[in-house]
Amino acid sequence: MSVTQLNIKESKQVSPKAQVVAFSPAKPTRPIGSMVVEKARRLNATILPPLLTLALLVLAWEILCSSPTSSLPSPSRVLSESWELIIHPFHVGQGVDQGMFWHIAASLQRVALGYALAAIAGIALGVLVGQSQWAMRGLDPIFQILRTVPPLAWLPLSLAAFRDGNPSAIFVIFITAIWPVIINTAVGIRNIPQDYQNVAKVLRLNGFEYFAKIMLPAAAPYIFTGLRIGIGLSWLAIVAAEMLIGGVGIGFFIWDAWNSSLISDIIVALVYVGVVGFLLDRLIAFVGRLVTRGTANA
Amino acid sequence: MAQSYLSLEFIDKTFERNGTKSEVLKQVSLGVDKGEFVSIIGHSGCGKSTVLNIIAGLIDATSGAVFLDGKHVDAPGPERAVVFQNHSLLPWLSVYENINLAVSKVFRGKKTKSEQHDWVMHNLDLVQMAHAKDKRPAEISGGMKQRVGIARALAMEPKVLLLDEPFGALDALTRAHLQDAVMEIHARLGNTMIMITHDVDEAVLLSDRIVMMTNGPAAKIGEVLEVPIARPRNRIELASDRTYLKCREAVLKFLYERHRFVEAAE
Repeated sequence: MSVTQLNIKESKQVSPKAQVVAFSPAKPTRPIGSMVVEKARRLNATILPPLLTLALLVLAWEILCSSPTSSLPSPSRVLSESWELIIHPFHVGQGVDQGMFWHIAASLQRVALGYALAAIAGIALGVLVGQSQWAMRGLDPIFQILRTVPPLAWLPLSLAAFRDGNPSAIFVIFITAIWPVIINTAVGIRNIPQDYQNVAKVLRLNGFEYFAKIMLPAAAPYIFTGLRIGIGLSWLAIVAAEMLIGGVGIGFFIWDAWNSSLISDIIVALVYVGVVGFLLDRLIAFVGRLVTRGTANA
Repeated sequence: MAQSYLSLEFIDKTFERNGTKSEVLKQVSLGVDKGEFVSIIGHSGCGKSTVLNIIAGLIDATSGAVFLDGKHVDAPGPERAVVFQNHSLLPWLSVYENINLAVSKVFRGKKTKSEQHDWVMHNLDLVQMAHAKDKRPAEISGGMKQRVGIARALAMEPKVLLLDEPFGALDALTRAHLQDAVMEIHARLGNTMIMITHDVDEAVLLSDRIVMMTNGPAAKIGEVLEVPIARPRNRIELASDRTYLKCREAVLKFLYERHRFVEAAE
């Protein structure tokens, strides 16, 4: 044992020397300096390529849409036409005349509510279907059919049921996001290794203890896969749903801009939608990583 | 017959798959005394793991019964703790939490929180793993995981400790370390232990008695060999010990002469 430990220590002492030589030959005696250089390099490697490609794409766009007869605005025209919109995200006006921040916030609120309900109901139904052979045989065919119904097809039905735009939009989010959560949770539950079940049996864990200490953590990676797909679908669905129900929200903002022929405003809104969607995905992925630390690599 | 501390009485096990029945165990009877170390050895597929799982209560016997300390057992429980072949530690819990899960369940209401903590640490010390208590299973080596698995089983204060090929997945050197650790624990605590193995040397080194099983289907106990070697045992001294070599020969003869493994029988 002690010999192995000694070896590890030695190799640890050796490795920084190798780094100093490799990365900053100019300052061989200062490992801190070389670490900064290395960090800057890594940052360059991850930040530079996307920035460069973005710049190239914008340039191509500018050239393609530069003619005065072009049907779509060039980036410079977007900037000049929608300047007010871009620099006043927190603008508060009458009715739907709000800054971008408020539109996004309204949409996010609907998504948050619908998605939270979908997550809770989805995990609960997923556990049921994953646990019970009977529930799976009974419910799975129904789920498989319902999940292929496009989100917007639910909207008229929910409008008829709720007789109000806002709850209808929330219901559309709910019904869109719930399927991947159910299906992935059920798969996760069904794939709990027999070993963990044996441990639970030997310890005589009761139903609740088994649920909280074995089932949920073991299925967590699968559950988060479902949650991540779900948040993406929610964000896809909200824009379309809001176009139809109206009011404050990023979807109706885009529709309104189209009706007023403000194409530049639409482009600004699309940038917002894309960035927020990306951030939502990353948020769920981050929470998933926090929660499932260690579970994935058994 | 006078009942032993742990006794298996006329165990039959038949698996039924797709309408075809396959008889795995036939009339397996075995008595184990308190504090005894018994190994069950046999070719792979002979049903030795099935015997262990029936004792553990993870599988029901088709007929026959298991008695522990005078009581009939037919469901799993912590008084028959199992050290699983692949350690079966929960990867989302640290080493400490893995053992604490068992301790807090088994000793709920019997030990205070601080006593439970001391008991977890005591068992980690027994397997020399206290230094890694905050590590997760993925961060420690295979041998260390199995040490933690043993600590978790010991922490349940079982009446009988069941080891299911505990060192099968380890390299030879690590296996030797762990065998020594198990011998030391057995000497210190005097647990009753039953170990499944397919390693002849391991069986002779660790056991008081070696139960040799015939090949399946319908495997039964072929022979039981006493290992009359005084403890503590030292693997280096035993390497040239006559009793040791004789026992080893007896087991080898059973396995490779009288009950040679026939692949076609599978």
